[in-house]
Amino acid sequence: MNNNISTAHINPLENESIYIFREVAAQFEKPVLLFSGGKDSITLVRLAQKAFYPAKIPFPLMHIDTGHNFPETIEFRDKLVKELGLELIVRNVQDSIDAGKVKEESGKYSSRNSLQTTTLLDAIEEFKFDACIGGARRDEEKARAKERIFSVRDDFGQWDEKNQRPELFDMLNGQIELGQNVRVFPISNWTELDVWSYIEKENIEIPSIYFAHKRKVFLRDGLIWSHSEYVYQEEDEQVEELMVRFRTVGDMSCTAAVLSDAVDISTVVQEIRDSSISERGARIDDKRSEAAMEKRKQQGYF
Amino acid sequence: MEVLKIATAGSVDDGKSTLIGRILYDTKSLTTDKLEAIEKTSKQKGYDYLDFSLATDGLVAEREQGITIDVAHIYFSTATKSYIIADTPGHVEYTRNMVTGASTSQAAIILIDARKGVIEQTNRHFFINNLLRIKTVIVAVNKMDLVNYSEERYNEIKADFEALMSKRDYQDQKIVFVPVSALKGDNVVNKTKEMPWYSGQPLLEYLEAIQQKDIFNIGTPRFPIQYVVRPKTDDFHDFRGYAGKVYGGELNVGDDVVVLPSQTKSKIKDIYFYNQKYQTASRRSSVTITLEDDINVSRGDMIVRDGDLPTIDKQFTATICWMDASQLTSGGKYVVQHGINKVLAKVDAIHHKINPDYSGIDSDVSELKVNDIASVTFKLNKPIFHDAFKNHRTNGSFILIDTQTNNTVGAGFIQ
Repeated sequence: MNNNISTAHINPLENESIYIFREVAAQFEKPVLLFSGGKDSITLVRLAQKAFYPAKIPFPLMHIDTGHNFPETIEFRDKLVKELGLELIVRNVQDSIDAGKVKEESGKYSSRNSLQTTTLLDAIEEFKFDACIGGARRDEEKARAKERIFSVRDDFGQWDEKNQRPELFDMLNGQIELGQNVRVFPISNWTELDVWSYIEKENIEIPSIYFAHKRKVFLRDGLIWSHSEYVYQEEDEQVEELMVRFRTVGDMSCTAAVLSDAVDISTVVQEIRDSSISERGARIDDKRSEAAMEKRKQQGYF
Repeated sequence: MEVLKIATAGSVDDGKSTLIGRILYDTKSLTTDKLEAIEKTSKQKGYDYLDFSLATDGLVAEREQGITIDVAHIYFSTATKSYIIADTPGHVEYTRNMVTGASTSQAAIILIDARKGVIEQTNRHFFINNLLRIKTVIVAVNKMDLVNYSEERYNEIKADFEALMSKRDYQDQKIVFVPVSALKGDNVVNKTKEMPWYSGQPLLEYLEAIQQKDIFNIGTPRFPIQYVVRPKTDDFHDFRGYAGKVYGGELNVGDDVVVLPSQTKSKIKDIYFYNQKYQTASRRSSVTITLEDDINVSRGDMIVRDGDLPTIDKQFTATICWMDASQLTSGGKYVVQHGINKVLAKVDAIHHKINPDYSGIDSDVSELKVNDIASVTFKLNKPIFHDAFKNHRTNGSFILIDTQTNNTVGAGFIQ
């Protein structure tokens, strides 16, 4: 038996997150964990396992699939779900496009990232989810920095940034009306480095694209884009093979790679520690305007 | 690594966001792309300096108006600590957000504009930090560059603030004063040459020196049960674990405990954290406890040490901070969320309003408006197990929820 479980040994952030997971399971009827196969949602799964051990995670995972994912991520997702015996719900952005609910963007900067919102809101309505757990962190982006841990969304999934519920002490108020839902962010207070350090400490498996590998890419606007059928490419944009990895994993059309030699978790952690560029510096979707994230959130983006 | 949560307080334009931006800049916590964005926007606005508030004011409305509306959480770390700063709004109408930011913080920075000195808002900020029993308060006298780095002016402000300190109710606070210029970077992270008369340290060094004993009174162990874990699998068929977070001291395997409200006695059998067993669960750890006896325990119940019971009562008197546009009136019904426990409560009496500018109390009050602070007695539909806030931060605090809108409309501190 171990001697002492204390916050001096275990990251206090981990204890805070476990507490939040238990509040979700207790306060809501139909929670769901939004799972993209990225490092943050993988960390959420581990924290949820810890919160309910020895019982299984008492809610399903849901992936809003843009159809433009890195194949490595999908492979990883299916393996993880199988190993842990979890339920996975997948809803496809392609279906929303086919139904004429959203219009595919075209041209040089086209991306399916913002189209996810409609598919997500439809899925919430379909399953009557009242709490959607997400891996967003406040250090990612300045609009995220303003968001509560329990963030109430109205009937339309919208965030009213100027009228948020005060969140005091540890007390999380999850009381909502029918039709509303709460977006829950258990790792709000974690930084990117915290997540990577935790993955290292816990020895958590992550998709291979987070480690340096040779990939066909092209350069645009100082960013490294993946060469793929899903990513629009001008004729004069030259494809080359470079040693890269991904710091953040979203849709292929909005996630840029970084040059890297980090082939294992400890070199990745060191690289993040030394980096002078923020994680979202490689998110093409955030560069659209000063308020890109805030606007997407107002519309129901997670 | 230790995590320290800090709240900032100051009036509009006292430079809170600038101070935080300066800390980030001088500790090299701003990444190149964020710094470039600040440079670009500062230039667009026609400033000849870097507007660091752009790093923290995350909402469009905030950038438009140049003020902070809601709490932003900012992260940075040094070699010794990880910091979370709650950048709270200074505007009078956003006092509720200030209480929100301060409630989760372990230390506070109060900003004063050296030109304006101690103003009514300063009283309010200090009062709230005092009400929340924040042990370490750093008073940053900002914009020293605009008063020619005058020692005389600084001493004047310090004396005014010390006069306030004599009026406070909670005396056990460690208060330090630092003259700074957030804009120029004087005495924030690096010591300045501009104020040779100042013998103290730069602001960040005071934060670095904060130790656990400077944070809160720890209090005795309280274990509210959040969730009952019943796996019903082959391996854990009869497992019945009580998941929760330890508040106050610590719990040990073998401790004689009492389960509230039934007051059934038992012993702690095992303490789990994930798939490991531990001998001791320290405060703030989210563990799962099993008991020697098979007793009926559910969410909202509380495990405490035998002989160390909280007050079990269907009524209590508390200082509350009212946060909603609606009014609190005598006879009004609300949900009291005390930790994770929710009970229905009726306002039995509003005793008096406390003026947060230290000008005394107003008796004969029949209703409370937004940002009012008052002493109120509540009657509950079932008992809760509480301590006084001064003895136990978590078990002595609660929130009020409006039964119609479900909004959090008040915060309370049990007397």
